[in-house]
Amino acid sequence: MAFWIASSPHNHNQAETSALMRLVIYALLPGILAQWYFFGWGNIIHITLAVATAMACEFIVLSLRSKKQIRKQLFDGSAILSAVLLGICIPAIAPWWISVIGAAFAIVIVKQLYGGLGHNPFNPAMAAYVMLLISFPIQMTSWLPPTALMNIGLDFSNTLMTIFTGFTAEGYSVEQLRTSIDGFTMATPLDTLKTDLGLGHTVYETTQNSIFTNSYDFSLGLAYGWEWINLTFLAGGLLLIAKRAIAWHTPISFLLSLFVCSFIAYSVSPDSSASTMFHWLTGGCMLGAFFILTDPVTGATSIKGRLIIGAIAGLLVYLIRTFGGYPDGVAFAVLLCNMAAPLVDQYTRPRTYGHGNTVAKPAPSSESVNKQTETKQ
Amino acid sequence: MNILIAILFLGLLGAIFGALLGYASVRFHVEGDPIVEQLDALLPQTQCGQCGYPGCKPYAKALADGEAINKCAPGGEDTIKKIADLLGVDVQPLDETHEVDNAPTVAFIIEEDCIGCTKCIQACPVDAILGAAKQMHTIIIDECTGCDLCVAPCPVDCIEMRPIPQTIQNWQWDLSKIAVKQID
Amino acid sequence: MESIIECITQNKFWQFHGGIHPPEQKALTSGKPIKLLPLPKQLILPLQQHIGRQGDLLVKVGDKVLKGQALTQSFNPMAVPVHAPTSGTISAIKKSPIAHPSGLSELCLFIEVDFEDTWIKREICQDYRQLSNQEIINKIADAGIAGMGGAGFPTHIKVSTTPDINFLIINAAECEPYITADDLLMCEQSEAIIDGIKILDKLLKPAFILIGIENNKPQAIKALQQATSAIEKVKVCVLPTKYPTGGEKQLIKMLTGKEVKSGSLPIHSGIVVQNVATCFAISDAVINDIPLIKRVVTLTGQALSKPQNVWALLGTPVHHLLEHTGFIRENEDVTQANASVTNPPVIMGGPLMGFSILNELVPVVKTSNCILAPSKAEMPSAFDNNANEVECIRCGQCSDVCPSQLLPQELQWSAKAKDHQQLAKLNLFDCIDCGACAYVCPSQIPLVQYYRIAKAEIRQQQQLDVKAEKAKIRFEARKLRLEKEKIAREEKHKKAAAARKAVMNKKSADGSSASSAVAAALARVKAKKAANAKPEQTNENQQKTQAKPLENNDNVQETASDVQDEKSQVKAAIARAKAKRLAKKTQSETNKAAEESSAPVKTEGSTLDTEKVPTEEPAIETDEKTAPAIEKPITNKLEKEPALVQSPDDKKAKIAAAVAKAKEKAKARKSKSLAEENSSPADNEKIKPAVDSEDSKKQDDKKAKIAAAVAKAKAKAKAKAQQNLAKKKEQQQDSPKPSNEE
Repeated sequence: MAFWIASSPHNHNQAETSALMRLVIYALLPGILAQWYFFGWGNIIHITLAVATAMACEFIVLSLRSKKQIRKQLFDGSAILSAVLLGICIPAIAPWWISVIGAAFAIVIVKQLYGGLGHNPFNPAMAAYVMLLISFPIQMTSWLPPTALMNIGLDFSNTLMTIFTGFTAEGYSVEQLRTSIDGFTMATPLDTLKTDLGLGHTVYETTQNSIFTNSYDFSLGLAYGWEWINLTFLAGGLLLIAKRAIAWHTPISFLLSLFVCSFIAYSVSPDSSASTMFHWLTGGCMLGAFFILTDPVTGATSIKGRLIIGAIAGLLVYLIRTFGGYPDGVAFAVLLCNMAAPLVDQYTRPRTYGHGNTVAKPAPSSESVNKQTETKQ
Repeated sequence: MNILIAILFLGLLGAIFGALLGYASVRFHVEGDPIVEQLDALLPQTQCGQCGYPGCKPYAKALADGEAINKCAPGGEDTIKKIADLLGVDVQPLDETHEVDNAPTVAFIIEEDCIGCTKCIQACPVDAILGAAKQMHTIIIDECTGCDLCVAPCPVDCIEMRPIPQTIQNWQWDLSKIAVKQID
Repeated sequence: MESIIECITQNKFWQFHGGIHPPEQKALTSGKPIKLLPLPKQLILPLQQHIGRQGDLLVKVGDKVLKGQALTQSFNPMAVPVHAPTSGTISAIKKSPIAHPSGLSELCLFIEVDFEDTWIKREICQDYRQLSNQEIINKIADAGIAGMGGAGFPTHIKVSTTPDINFLIINAAECEPYITADDLLMCEQSEAIIDGIKILDKLLKPAFILIGIENNKPQAIKALQQATSAIEKVKVCVLPTKYPTGGEKQLIKMLTGKEVKSGSLPIHSGIVVQNVATCFAISDAVINDIPLIKRVVTLTGQALSKPQNVWALLGTPVHHLLEHTGFIRENEDVTQANASVTNPPVIMGGPLMGFSILNELVPVVKTSNCILAPSKAEMPSAFDNNANEVECIRCGQCSDVCPSQLLPQELQWSAKAKDHQQLAKLNLFDCIDCGACAYVCPSQIPLVQYYRIAKAEIRQQQQLDVKAEKAKIRFEARKLRLEKEKIAREEKHKKAAAARKAVMNKKSADGSSASSAVAAALARVKAKKAANAKPEQTNENQQKTQAKPLENNDNVQETASDVQDEKSQVKAAIARAKAKRLAKKTQSETNKAAEESSAPVKTEGSTLDTEKVPTEEPAIETDEKTAPAIEKPITNKLEKEPALVQSPDDKKAKIAAAVAKAKEKAKARKSKSLAEENSSPADNEKIKPAVDSEDSKKQDDKKAKIAAAVAKAKAKAKAKAQQNLAKKKEQQQDSPKPSNEE
């Protein structure tokens, strides 16, 4: 009897890329729910639009590339994940074509034109976001105030109408919707802070603004709504680390780097610098740290490389937030780090067994500590 | 007028720097590795002459002088690619007249048929055939390049090209080609 | 070194990078004792079961062999002998599939077992301490012991080293899942193993002996600790369970903190690693004079109903082992219908580094420690043949688990792109094929398979490079030699010519030979020509141009003057002279020719002499030149020319035919005298009469072949002639034009 021939190893831990992607999407859910709670239905509608577009684009391109097993590749979760990330980033009442164009750009240009899954040098969601931000700055900065602060209530059907027509059923325009209770046109906390600092206000004065002062204030100058969203993303990220779906190196290094930068600035000039917690819990900080910078395809692979990339990203986010033209810098920082990743990988290759310094350190790490204490005694 | 001065000035600058560069290129000329040697190193050294040249080195020389890069049949696509890389030209498909199966082979003399005419010995570019007039000849397998130049001259057609048998030593881990066959 | 020992005594070990924790599944077999199986009917012994070379056969088909009898021998140090595992008869020596991932067939000895199990005479050694080291090494070499952990490196080479050995490491880690062969051997034969270790100690004199064992074998650890408690030098090092602790380099790193330099052997760092099973074999060989003829094999996997460790004779076909452990053939009825799809894999070795074997006739060899027959539920990836591979997403899990700290994902890209330089830069050859990367890969890429292919390709490329270099050198040498020979030949010709000239001069002085007559004729002609030249020049320029190039005298017919007549006469004279000389030359040439055809050519040549038959190419040329001159009334030039050109070819062909005929006749005579049958020529050509005796058949064959060869030669000559003809025609068509224009 002849036996079946297969190559070793014959055993496998049965991990799958698609399972990994699914896990990441599940970990995003708490953050999406928080977003829904504070900002209404907008993002969920955009996520749906983006996912549908992304799947359609993925299918078309895969068919054009005459790939085999299209179904399998289509449902490996990578396109869905990119679309979900993009949908999260888009302002809630941006017009529908924003997410459609964004998702199509992410999948067709950023992902598939570079060779599909595993070959794209840039994170599709972030590249699409940056493209949208640069091309459609008005639509991409038309942020809503948190629902609790809104002048005009916005339910699901009204959100849907606004996204598709630009007006609610009552005929309110996007501009009117963005006006909060106290009559100010709404912007993100980061945006507000930047504008106000530019006007010569201090951070303290700025944080008197309603978006900062409302209920859930941690008395640290945190922004209403955003801190909860960021905290839920942090929770999702920690879940991923616990599940070993992502490596802890990049997010930790990123957050530390951002912390150090903002801490130095805050201690030097507290009046003109936002607090460290403000930096951590506003904008796309946690989303970027745990879900975007950790994208394995576009990030660094070696441990050292991951640490370096994280640190660079933290520094860049701080610099762009403080000195750049745009209020938030996560997307730009991610793209810049994507560019740097291959080079970083090149220079952080681990020493292979038997190469270079082949004689190990005098003793194992735990042992050396013991010894030192012994000799001291 | 100003324009004229500017043009003149720039022209002068150009001339000076051109002269400097020219001088430097002569003065600091670096003797590169001759291209023929590099090309020769890429060729498979079967000395088969299928390219129309009497050996690999002559073809390398011709390549350096602009001969088509797609004439090396034993080297196949790989060699063409390497030559294209070296010369900075486009990869071409293998010349159609040379379209052969370039699986490695060695010549084999069917010894009972050999009449000892020494014609193959004269044809062999690498002296891989052993024999004398009216004596049976044989191939030194380790030296044979598989060029099949000895096949044509043989008057009794006793030389054939045989594929190199697969052994454990030269097995290429092609698991899909293992014939799974029913024995009982 | 002291610090290392200090660490070890405190049970503190170094770490190697990466590693994985696959499900161990050792409980399937670890609780049961090693079973003795009944003898199989047939044993299949591959001649080569180790790294190195195979020995020379000592037996032939039909020989009776006794248990323990050496079947091969070799004086090559890299060869180890093979012994008969039981008594029986050699039934065949032929190629059969061997225990190798390729499933290729190699030369194997087939032993028909006689079930008597008679031993060859043995000399049991009472006290090995009395033996000299060389004697022990010889015993190990004669017992055919090769590393039993997997690689199969000849043990006697490993133990006959001179440099100082700091550590002798006994590899008892057995880190692969499922395998418990060493575990049980240690439990049951710890004394013998310790004896083996003592013998190694005597040979190598290491400063310390470290036994590396994973902590998932408590009984074996206990047994070893008890057996070694009296020996100061030996330390039993209990290591945490992690795959691949049992890798030689990884074990060294864990126990000593040292790394084996890439490309060098542990021995260069003063370390020797031996497998426990090898230690047992050494003690058996040295003390009991039992060569390596059996080993413990773990038979496991959920496709077996009674998984167990067994003592298997080397050469036992796998089906014998599977039958005795209750191999469950999945989908028995479907197997017949669609054999290639539903057949289960049977793996020799562990699930991570083992290989699937071709069929049930594959025998157990010195390095086979496990036969694993998994069920589909247990090991689905062994059944699907990498069908689930998707693109790499650079998650880096592979480099996290790589025990050699390589970058598997980058290696994979370069391997796919066949970028050998980059692969070398990424240290592909430091990969130990452990399979940890492929085990964790979420994209299910068969990484190790890519590396193995790349390694094989690089090795082959290296061999090809060496071969190409050799071919180049030989080609250049040959060119040089031919050049030299050519020069030498020319030199010789020159000398010969000079000599001839000298003789000719002498003879012309005598005025008695033909050559002198020719010379005289030439001289006369020259004189005449000179006399005619002047009026010609002044009168008609055209004729001068005609006179000079003799080949181009197509337009001779255009001018019908007196001068022409005269000239043609002169030409005729020259031609005659030339022809004569040529005939002579060809004759001498044919004389020189040492080929078999020389005689007939000579005779024919002499008869044809008057016709001025050329036999070689240059001759055709001269003939061409002379021909038009000989034919005095050149009227219908255009018609005649081709005929003239053809005529020499015809002649040549005739000669060839004649030669062939002569040869054939000679051959026929010969064959007739040898064998009398008169088969038709057609039979000779193609159909070989089956009834013919061998001898005559050969003769006929040869005859036919020679006839074919001659025919071939004829065809070639004709082709050549045709070519020449075509060329000449072209020339002739071309040549009139310019002269007309003039």
